[in-house]
Amino acid sequence: LQNKPLKNAMKKVEILVIGRHPEILSTVVRLINNNPDWYASGAQTDEEALQYFINQSVDMVMFGGGIEPDSEDGLRKRFKELKPEITIIQHYGGGSGLLSAEIQQALAGWNS
Amino acid sequence: MKTVLHKADTRGYAKHGWLQSYHTFSFANYYNQDRVHFGALRVLNDDTVEAGQGFGKHPHDNMEIISIPLEGDLEHQDSMGNTTVIKNGDIQVMSAGTGVYHSEYNKNRDQRVKFLQIWVFPNKKNVEPRYDQITLKAEDRHNKLQQVLSPDRNDEGVWIHQDAWFHLGQFDNGVSTEYKLKGKNSGVYAFILKGDVTINDQKLNTRDGLGIWDADKFTITADSDAEFLLMEVPMEFSV
Repeated sequence: LQNKPLKNAMKKVEILVIGRHPEILSTVVRLINNNPDWYASGAQTDEEALQYFINQSVDMVMFGGGIEPDSEDGLRKRFKELKPEITIIQHYGGGSGLLSAEIQQALAGWNS
Repeated sequence: MKTVLHKADTRGYAKHGWLQSYHTFSFANYYNQDRVHFGALRVLNDDTVEAGQGFGKHPHDNMEIISIPLEGDLEHQDSMGNTTVIKNGDIQVMSAGTGVYHSEYNKNRDQRVKFLQIWVFPNKKNVEPRYDQITLKAEDRHNKLQQVLSPDRNDEGVWIHQDAWFHLGQFDNGVSTEYKLKGKNSGVYAFILKGDVTINDQKLNTRDGLGIWDADKFTITADSDAEFLLMEVPMEFSV
C-alpha cells in the first residue's frame, strides 16, 4: 500500500487509487497529493484495496490501468455494499493530463 | 445538425518555460467543466517546445495518443524500445494500453517544434501497448481529404483502438468538398491549422475548432489557402 493513512485533522478528499502498474500507480498518487485538498493512497492488489477501504474513510475510489474486469466488477460491488454513497471513477491516461479534471468532475457531481 | 464552436482564443493556455500549450479541452491545470471532451476525443493540445527541450520520461495507460508535428522534429523514445524522430508530414500513434513510458524531445538545438497532441479514449481497456509512425504524402491532401487514421490496420494511415477516422486537408482558396460521416452516432471535430474555412455556414479561422454531430455530412470550403484536420469519433462509447 502506497502512502500511510491520513492523519490530518482537517479532512481532505480521500482517494483510493487502484492500479496494477506500480510505477504508474506511484505517479498518479504523487500527482494527486500535489493538490492540498486531496489525499491519495495507492493499492496494487484487490486485497490491499479492500483492507484500506474498510479501515479508512475513503471518499472516492479511482480505478487505474491493468485491472482485470472480474476484479474491477467485484471491487465495485463490494465498495458499494460497504459504502453505498461512495464515488467510483475511472482514470485514463496514466499520468498528469486528465487526473485533475476527472476528480473535479466527480466533485462537481457531489455539489450538484 | 448540432455544432459547438471553440474559437482559438478561448482555449486553455499553459506556459511552463520550455513548453507553451493551448488546450482545447480540460487538461492538467486547465479545467473547464463545459469543455472536457468531444465524444471519444479527450485531448487536443497545440504544443510548442523550445529548442533542445521536451517532455521527459513519463507514463501513460489506457489511451490512444496521436502526435502530428507541424514544424520541426520531435525525438521519441519509449519503454517498448522505440527511438525515432517524427517531423512535419508524419503522424505518430501510441496505444498506451496496460502501460508505457515515453519521452518526446525537440530534436533540434536551434529551432522550436510545434505539434498537435491528441488523445482518444480507447474502445477497450488494457490492450498490449503499441507504437507506430508513418510519413504522409503532402500531395495526397492537396485539394482533397487525406485519411491519416482509422480503426482498421489495413486501411489508409495509422490505426487506433477506436472507431475514429482522421483526415487532413490542404485546400487552395475557393476549393470545397463534402465530408460524409462514416460511423453511426459519430461526430466530427474540425480543427483549422491555418487559414480561413467555412463549414456549412460557420466561418472558422486559424486554430478555431468546430464540433459537428447529429449529421450525415457537411461541406467544408476554403476561404483562403487553408489547412485543417477533421477528427471523426464516436459521440457515445463504452470502454
